[in-house]
Amino acid sequence: MAEFDTPTAIVEATRRAYSEGYRRMDTYTPFPVEGLAEELHFRCARVPLIVLLGGVAGCLGGYFLQFWIAAIYWPVNIGGRPLNSWPMFIPVTFELTVLVAALSAVLGMMALNGLPKPYHPVFNVPRFALASQDRFFLCIEASDPRFDRAATRSFLESLSPREVNDVEA
Amino acid sequence: MAVDQLPPRIVDREPDIPPVIGPGHTFASVTDKISSIVLTRRTPPGWFVGFAISSLFVIALGFGVGYLLIKGVGIWGIDIPVAWGFAIVNFVWWIGIGHAGTLISAILLLLNQKWRTSINRFAEAMTLFAVACAGMFPLLHLGRPWLFYWLFPYPNIMNVQPQFRSPLVWDVFAVSTYFTVSLLFWFVGLIPDLATLRDRARSRAGQVIYGMLAMGWRGSARHWKRYEVAYLLLAGLATPLVVSVHTVVSFDFSISILPGWHSTIFPPYFVAGAIFSGFAMVLTIAIPLRKFYGLEDFITLRHLDNSAKVMLATGLIVAYGYMSEIFLSWYSMDKFDWFMTLNRIRGPYWMVFWSVMLCNVAVPQLLWSRRVRRSPRALFLVSLAINTGMWLERYMIIITSLSRDFMPSAWGRYAATVWDYVIFTGTIGFFVALMFLFVRLLPAISIFEVRELLPQAEVKEEEARS
Repeated sequence: MAEFDTPTAIVEATRRAYSEGYRRMDTYTPFPVEGLAEELHFRCARVPLIVLLGGVAGCLGGYFLQFWIAAIYWPVNIGGRPLNSWPMFIPVTFELTVLVAALSAVLGMMALNGLPKPYHPVFNVPRFALASQDRFFLCIEASDPRFDRAATRSFLESLSPREVNDVEA
Repeated sequence: MAVDQLPPRIVDREPDIPPVIGPGHTFASVTDKISSIVLTRRTPPGWFVGFAISSLFVIALGFGVGYLLIKGVGIWGIDIPVAWGFAIVNFVWWIGIGHAGTLISAILLLLNQKWRTSINRFAEAMTLFAVACAGMFPLLHLGRPWLFYWLFPYPNIMNVQPQFRSPLVWDVFAVSTYFTVSLLFWFVGLIPDLATLRDRARSRAGQVIYGMLAMGWRGSARHWKRYEVAYLLLAGLATPLVVSVHTVVSFDFSISILPGWHSTIFPPYFVAGAIFSGFAMVLTIAIPLRKFYGLEDFITLRHLDNSAKVMLATGLIVAYGYMSEIFLSWYSMDKFDWFMTLNRIRGPYWMVFWSVMLCNVAVPQLLWSRRVRRSPRALFLVSLAINTGMWLERYMIIITSLSRDFMPSAWGRYAATVWDYVIFTGTIGFFVALMFLFVRLLPAISIFEVRELLPQAEVKEEEARS
């Protein structure tokens, strides 16, 4: 795991590592660095899909809840007005759409990110505490097919980092 | 007329816009400055004094609510015809205050307004606490608050379900959704900063508590990507939500047939009023906060200036709402409606009407002056006037319409009792106490977003390519 000082350095290092053929790696930064996920060739398509599905479920569920209560379960005849008075059901349908979509955005994001995660090997490196403050880390994982303890270390050192550390699992 | 023909004064008007962040900061200094309030700096004695005073009001609130639960809502000034009284005035006032937080965090995020960054965190906290105060009132006003869950559809042996054609039921869904979504938004924004606190905390308790709340956040690029997408989508969802909440609140009034309530201008006028009062509350909190904690570099005059401009704009919409109400009640030739208007202006509650005009229409005109907008002290006073004015506005709308509707034989008067005041000031104390705890225990300014604002945070493509 190599430590860098600036966002520019981490983006460049990630790009070099990718072109070197490393795939199972990750970067850790104190704020979202623009373009870094793209250097890892990572695309995020599932969060929007989950939110869309959540929104549709909330919308249909919300409307059906009211329709079922007002027209089937507990019909109240008020001067012969229609039981399925849909304009009056829009506000609650809307609120439930937003509620379920928002819940699925947050829970979906956390589930895809594997959070909460009480233990992760990167935290074994004492200097990693700076990843949430002002340093930028690139970690090449041992499970990468091209990983070789000595060669990977010397590759990371060639990127002129501040420090290179081994992560003990 | 071409620009070069204009008198030089107008061309040179481009003002010296203060920056959104003070000069000379680094990632480390930003982190250190904001997190030190929570972790290392000694709690100032003023904090203890303020927290103690607000806690006294919380205790009073506890007594007020306890007595209410024993005796019933009769301890309040409400009666027939004025059955809504302080409880609903306070509810609408508090929920309106909440709106600025969501506006700042969601709408300004979508509009890519960089100045939102250092005020969004505590504005969101303000939203949560204000909605918590707001939520108390309709529940206490129920008469039997312990049966509040009857408002939700659930399978029950009574075979009775809520009436979904009633705006009061819409309110339940709107307010509870609003609270939940605001909480999610706030918490998601906090996760990376909680990780910072976890890594900087020196005490074991701090490490464990912030560590649990941060849920193992480690700032992975993949996580950040999903995080940003989810955050943006949440903002997109919260934007129509914030407009809908006060719209639904205004439906509580406008769907009835009472003179002064039955009006189509209510939804936009209520939403504008909500943002107006919310920004006033943001300034009421931001100005002392930046002063006492030395955060002038993060909450700069730019933030105050921009918030004042939002207040001025929404204040003008509110003023237009008042005018349109008065004009339409005259133009409709509805004698009950016109009587209501005259009754507001010169009836028993005339002082409320004129105070509203003073606080919400006259005083905000001071904000046209850049000197006022950039003077924290003057802005603080203006924002206090607006907070008061917006409370009185809801009082005016509710009390004047209810106390004199159609038939003089059904008229009545309303006066709040001491318990009304105990519970109202109690919620203010509750709100302030929560704000004190928040500032002490959590980063009041979003650390990672301020880091993003720094010039160093930009990736220099040319250098990276080489």
